Amino acid sequence: MTEQTMREREPMLAARAVHRSFGATTALRGASIEIGAGEHVAITGPSGSGKSTLLHCLAGVLVPDSGLVTLDGRRLDELSLDERTRLRRVQFGLVLQFGQLVPDLTAAENVALPLLLERRGRASARAAADQWLERLGVGDLADQRPTQLSGGQQQRVAIARALVTSPRVVFADEPTGALDTVAGERALEVLVSATRETGAALVIVTHDNRVAAVADREVVLRDGSTEPVGARP
Amino acid sequence: MGTVLLGILAGGPAHGYDLKRLHDERFPSARPLAYGQVYSTLARLGRDGLVETVETTQDAGPERTVFALTPEGSRVLAEWLDEVETPGSYTAGELLRKTVSALHAGAGAADFLRRQRAAHLAAMRVLTRELADAPDIGTRIALDHTIAHLDADLRWMEQTRDRVNQQNNPHHATSGRAPDNESDDQGEITVTQR
Repeated sequence: MTEQTMREREPMLAARAVHRSFGATTALRGASIEIGAGEHVAITGPSGSGKSTLLHCLAGVLVPDSGLVTLDGRRLDELSLDERTRLRRVQFGLVLQFGQLVPDLTAAENVALPLLLERRGRASARAAADQWLERLGVGDLADQRPTQLSGGQQQRVAIARALVTSPRVVFADEPTGALDTVAGERALEVLVSATRETGAALVIVTHDNRVAAVADREVVLRDGSTEPVGARP
Repeated sequence: MGTVLLGILAGGPAHGYDLKRLHDERFPSARPLAYGQVYSTLARLGRDGLVETVETTQDAGPERTVFALTPEGSRVLAEWLDEVETPGSYTAGELLRKTVSALHAGAGAADFLRRQRAAHLAAMRVLTRELADAPDIGTRIALDHTIAHLDADLRWMEQTRDRVNQQNNPHHATSGRAPDNESDDQGEITVTQR
């Protein structure tokens, strides 16, 4: 096997034997997962199994107590705080269940925010935001504030914000959990098709089998540990 | 079949050809209707006074008859739609038989349930992709129906696993518990005889 082939086989993002506690509460006990470039992976498991904690460790929001999280083979815990912040802002996008938009900003300003934090010019950031909102079917709502939007529309704005920096990975934590069935299904379709189009990997935490079924592969967490890998379709 | 055709005719008079086409569109997961089946059913419905011929046309091709609901047909349709369907018993499915047998076999059912989950989810994945490309609402509704049943099976499998773990470890909640419990339930699960 050539070195190049070996590099190609290396997962883009990986967590290995990750442990993470919050005080006396252990959320992860040796969880491992690998995500390839452009791959869509669902992290499922019962409530309290550590799904969101694993997602936040992968996204560099939390640092594991032990174990490794790597991106392109590079350890996230060895990055400086600034490097990790920049990584989260540019290479990673995050979609949560609800309440992630800044209420005082319009939809377009919310979407443009990650670009402005990266010192992109105001006009250019706004143009990129408008483009994404249009692409996700909410272009006419660019000047509305989050409270003026339905739950499904807010999620589309959040997805636009997660994608505006052209991230390599989008993390979604129960992205349809606060929506009714039809609005959730549409938001999910938007999230999946947009990430497929851009080639971004999608890591989606859910307890909903229907949401898990949009991913290429499922990783099941139980009591903080990952179960053996299920069969690929 | 007769009541399904009455239901389609409730939308207005139609030829036998249209009835077959509308049936196949509305119920894409059902076997497509054969023309012979449509016309024999219409003949029976006509004999029972539930449909009537309202027009017979013949252009270049064969004679075409337009059928419509009679008042009696509307009454029978309303009666059918008013009647609640008996819920399925779901008591003797192979999945239930195999799961219970695995639990009692002593070797445990965790691995079986894990592989069965993967198989169910793979089937859901295929159907979910088809759903995204579904050309019409009939196809979507039919796919929703199958996906909902697979989802119910998956939730039942998860619940089964929890129930068995709960029985074997009464003080150890396996789902939704605070994650500070140090005990490990990753091993095989089997029904403990009591």
